[in-house]
Amino acid sequence: MNLVAPIPVSAGSDAYWGLALVLLLLAPLAIAGLALVNTGLGRSRSAAQAILGNLVIVSVAVIAFALFGAAIAGFLPGAPGGAGHAFHAAGYTWNWIGSGSFLLSGFPSAPIQAQLALLFEIVGVGFAAIIPWGSGADRWRLAAGCASAALVAGIVCPLMMHWVWGGGWLGALGINFSLGAGFLDPGGAATVHAVGGLSALALVWLMGARAGKFPRGGISTAMPGHNAVYVLFGCLLGMVGWLAWNAAGAILWMNAPLAALPLVAVNTVLSAAAALGATLAITRYRFGKPDASLCANGWLAGLVTSSACAAVATPVESIFAGLVAGVIAPLLVELLELALSIDDPSGAIAAHAAAGLWGLLAVGFFAPKPGQLTAQLVGIATLLGVVLPLVYLLFYLLNKIVPFRADADGERMGMDLHELGGGAYPEFVIHRDESYR
Amino acid sequence: MKYAGLLVMPAGFFLTLAALALFREPAQRGVFVVCGLAVEILGLVVAVRGHMPARSESRL
Repeated sequence: MNLVAPIPVSAGSDAYWGLALVLLLLAPLAIAGLALVNTGLGRSRSAAQAILGNLVIVSVAVIAFALFGAAIAGFLPGAPGGAGHAFHAAGYTWNWIGSGSFLLSGFPSAPIQAQLALLFEIVGVGFAAIIPWGSGADRWRLAAGCASAALVAGIVCPLMMHWVWGGGWLGALGINFSLGAGFLDPGGAATVHAVGGLSALALVWLMGARAGKFPRGGISTAMPGHNAVYVLFGCLLGMVGWLAWNAAGAILWMNAPLAALPLVAVNTVLSAAAALGATLAITRYRFGKPDASLCANGWLAGLVTSSACAAVATPVESIFAGLVAGVIAPLLVELLELALSIDDPSGAIAAHAAAGLWGLLAVGFFAPKPGQLTAQLVGIATLLGVVLPLVYLLFYLLNKIVPFRADADGERMGMDLHELGGGAYPEFVIHRDESYR
Repeated sequence: MKYAGLLVMPAGFFLTLAALALFREPAQRGVFVVCGLAVEILGLVVAVRGHMPARSESRL
């Protein structure tokens, strides 16, 4: 006897939005996972500052977004799809910035779909803001990290979110220029991961490498993460959040029916699994044994790729996308460190920026509508041609006001003692660092 | 050189926008979008090269 009658869940029903809300309440697990990865890939003498920084940066990011970022993103109660300023040029309408309400005014009275979309964006800016934090590990001051998070979450992310999700010109490429369904990014591969990863690149350019990383005339010094268990558990925890995040994105930005959500979840897992397999094989081949931190980067790269692809690809396409991401991530980490002297302890540039861009490109190949590839290329061009220079400019100016880098003495003693006055592992004896001889 | 690279990247973006506005035929539009992206990648390469520290500048 069936005691529980099945509840019909159709798109737009209360149960449908209820499901989206539950998914969004699980999505911050992806942030928690990434926080563990950021902490584990740094050094033990900076671990407390790293994990505290993740928490503080998420806090600053969501407040900055609530105060003014949501207005740039175009949140306005009563304006379905978002509100924005547009200009007309060359016979086309270009909706370039949101004209929403500041301080989230009107949020309680907004329709449920608009409220959920805003919640998705709030989680997204928190996520994007902590991505560069891992890249600046062991040398980035907490105050500067918070100020940077305010800029990323208050200006850069909302601008991209408006362009892609809030009725902006990228999302409207399909209507205005007959380019497929417009720029597709249902899981935030562009608005969250590529923005975060490119911010990480701008940051490490401006801040430079950790002391002793690239000694004069020699090869780079290996500075392995201090806790592989944190890193790998963070990957597992992140998967739960990612599953929820991608499914919520499919509901909110693609109006996916309930029956399509299991496929989104399956594609997410397949993409991550394929990426991990590829990274494992590559590191096994290159170094003789699998590398745990690079495998974590590969796993994350697969998840980031799934944020772009999971809602539009088939399972086989997801495996292919994941495989490519799993090849790109470890090779790029190695290229950045050994050939380009870019010190990115968390591998965010490879796992978030490069994998996000690859995923967005892959959508162009997988999506059935003609012109979709061109739309995706325009979105990628926007990330490289607008977002990266904009973040670099903002960080450059901010660095003049709030210096990013700790002084040499602080870096030598570790960010925990320097910034917090106490370490994460007070009962442990920290061994001497060979790089400072 | 690093700033030159960062200035070239927006130039590539505007080339991409121009492709959208100027061409209606999908193939032409696609080719010019790819050209804009290629200019951005060139700018990125220049920026990466410009930010590479000389070995003599390395901190010890």
